[in-house]
Amino acid sequence: MKILWFAWLRTRVGAGEEILAKPAEIATVAQLLDWLAARSPGHAQALARRDVVRVAVNQTYVPLDHAIADGDEIAIFPPVTGG
Amino acid sequence: MAIRVQREAFDFGAELAALTAGRTDIGAVTSFVGLVRDMAGDAAIGAMTLEHYPGMTEKQLAEIDAEANRRWPLQATLIVHRYGRMEPGEPIVLCAAASAHREAAFAACHFLIDWLKTRAPFWKLEDTDAGPQWVSAKASDDEAARRWEQNR
Repeated sequence: MKILWFAWLRTRVGAGEEILAKPAEIATVAQLLDWLAARSPGHAQALARRDVVRVAVNQTYVPLDHAIADGDEIAIFPPVTGG
Repeated sequence: MAIRVQREAFDFGAELAALTAGRTDIGAVTSFVGLVRDMAGDAAIGAMTLEHYPGMTEKQLAEIDAEANRRWPLQATLIVHRYGRMEPGEPIVLCAAASAHREAAFAACHFLIDWLKTRAPFWKLEDTDAGPQWVSAKASDDEAARRWEQNR
């Protein structure tokens, strides 16, 4: 799966994109965020406040219980501030 | 029914003129233009950089545009949104809606910018005296967008 980080989540993680193999036990977005948070202190910091984390799978907003697949493009970012 | 995501500045007067050029079915055009300000609260802003999610940005803007066209009888719509670095006074975004009468044009334009602000994946990074600062999302923007959920 391809993980994309944006804005201040990207700067905390230290990378805009990560290609990772999805562990078999990771089934939902919520489980993925827990798994990612354990990857490094930067990841943990980026994901410390889940209320300000938004997730899009294959470029569509999804809730935390959304099921993920290994081929997904999963973007993780803070609330948007355009316009 | 047009979407553009671009780095370059745009001339909003020329954009509106082009939207209505050669058309005799449009009775009303409304537009919203967002500009870079030189202040954010008490902090002076030297410049602003907009990051976005290429692909999803266009997809979200197209969905917002399509929803406006489902809700109101519109003859034309236009959304132009920039990314990259821009300085105070420069335009960031243009939303325009054209209809036979003003009510639909006003409502659709208001809807376009309210939904864009809470759905289109853009993030603002401001250059302040204290260094670069990511702009926080405003609860008032969420409330503005929710108004259109209730009115469906």
